[in-house]
Amino acid sequence: MFTVLSTVESLERLNKNTFLLKVKAPQLATAIKPGQFCNIKVSDADYPLLRRPFSVCYTDGDTVYFMFDIQGEGTRILAEKKTGDQLDILGPLGNGFNTEGDFEVAVLIGGGIGVAPFPLLIKHLEGKEILTFVGARNSEQLIKWGMRNILVATDDGSEGFNGNVIAYFQSEANKLENKKIRIFGCGPNPMLKALQKVAEKKYDCQLSIESAMACGFGICQGCPVKKSDGMGYYLVCKDGPVFNSDQIVIE
Amino acid sequence: MIDLSVQIGRLKLKNPVLLASGTVGYGNEIAEFTDLSKLGGIVTKSLSLKPRIGNPPQRICETASGMLNAIGLANVGVEVFIKEKIPFLKKLNTTIICNIAASSIEEYVECTRILTQEDAIAAFEINVSCPNVKEGGLEFGNNLQAVAKITEKVKAVTDKPVIIKLSPNVSRISEFAKIVKDNGGDAVSAINTLVGTAFDIWTRKPKIKNITGGLSGPAIKPVALAKVLEISRNVEIPIIGIGGIMNWKDAVEFMIVGASAFQIGTVNFINPKAGEEIIDGLIEYCKKMSINRISDLTASYEI
Repeated sequence: MFTVLSTVESLERLNKNTFLLKVKAPQLATAIKPGQFCNIKVSDADYPLLRRPFSVCYTDGDTVYFMFDIQGEGTRILAEKKTGDQLDILGPLGNGFNTEGDFEVAVLIGGGIGVAPFPLLIKHLEGKEILTFVGARNSEQLIKWGMRNILVATDDGSEGFNGNVIAYFQSEANKLENKKIRIFGCGPNPMLKALQKVAEKKYDCQLSIESAMACGFGICQGCPVKKSDGMGYYLVCKDGPVFNSDQIVIE
Repeated sequence: MIDLSVQIGRLKLKNPVLLASGTVGYGNEIAEFTDLSKLGGIVTKSLSLKPRIGNPPQRICETASGMLNAIGLANVGVEVFIKEKIPFLKKLNTTIICNIAASSIEEYVECTRILTQEDAIAAFEINVSCPNVKEGGLEFGNNLQAVAKITEKVKAVTDKPVIIKLSPNVSRISEFAKIVKDNGGDAVSAINTLVGTAFDIWTRKPKIKNITGGLSGPAIKPVALAKVLEISRNVEIPIIGIGGIMNWKDAVEFMIVGASAFQIGTVNFINPKAGEEIIDGLIEYCKKMSINRISDLTASYEI
């Protein structure tokens, strides 16, 4: 964990609402593991005051990639960055995905901007069979950048499977029955909750969850998620953001 | 050489920069970013006798130049603190002020009685002003008799300096500072957070689960400065200023209106090195202003 002043290399628009930001940050690029995140100060002003947490999307040499949607004031400002601008980044934060252990097929399931950490995860899954289920409201909002063996689901049926991404995975799951699979899920809470139910006692499953947070490194205590054993809360920033599916209660 | 040391009653600090309770945990996380031994001290997360798990999410939300929090005093409790946190704190080579928040007068006394035996703890800060818990907190913080009693009873079980952390959610904060002084309190810290709320206009629901939370950050600085000034002009007691300090200029402002030292809080979430940067800024300011002792700044206002 450290703070760095990075330099914006480029900002690319992937679709109507999604951006890919590349920054030069050598120290970060070598330290990051898939599923970890960074807390970015989008401006020097007192508003927005707090940093904004973003999953690390990918790393390439000295460059760190972030994928984000415009959701509020912070991301709106970030979407206006120009090549050469400096960006104050704190990271790497949290525990990433666990890619160790015995499995043959990595099933990545992402909803909306939840696919953001997958490109780096895919890079670290070399040698495994990879399936990436990508869900979105419609074809315009689909994010395919950096994904591999994509299976698309859209809520309105405008592309791929007509329905949500969890239902699509269930309809395909029988094809994987004789293989050892591990699921990596990331997306909005209702999606993760549905995935948690599907995975229960059946699949090895890790979920990356989102939360509002102030610091990102465990001191503000602002990002609790209920432990499934009833013994209080984990902090999403420090204990997560990736949890085993059976560790947490998603509200 | 500028003398940065300050005196808070009997408590001597190597410089006036303290990290506020609830914004440094028990020191270990923030130590990865900054050299805590350079600071005047740290105030540890509010402790209660037994562990508290805190409030359910959402606990925080950002507002204009500030943030609301309702953490609910999540903490490890006195026993675990002594066993697991004190060994690390001992190694920090900085002044450790232990913050206590309880739900009854007896609990404040009991916590202090146990913790005062720990050599690592230099002083106590008694939180009578947490706005986010049902019992204790503000119930005490805006009741003069309760503050009097807590000060007196806590003082009776410890020889270490006792600082009472005051609430701004009262009409005359100086009356509370006076009652702390009259009952033997060594200093006051002001202010704790202001009660605030925020609602989502589309769902009409509060943005934090507790409905109200404590407002902190630069948004509250003018209020905090006015409260510190009010105490400074009416009561002779050392004041530790708190409220929205983001940089050395804010810190100087607090000292000018009457603070002997100050705590930085919300800024630690954004810039965990802020404490060290503020010290550098203070030294430069003193050089420019030909100030030899930083303590000369305290209550140096020209009104």
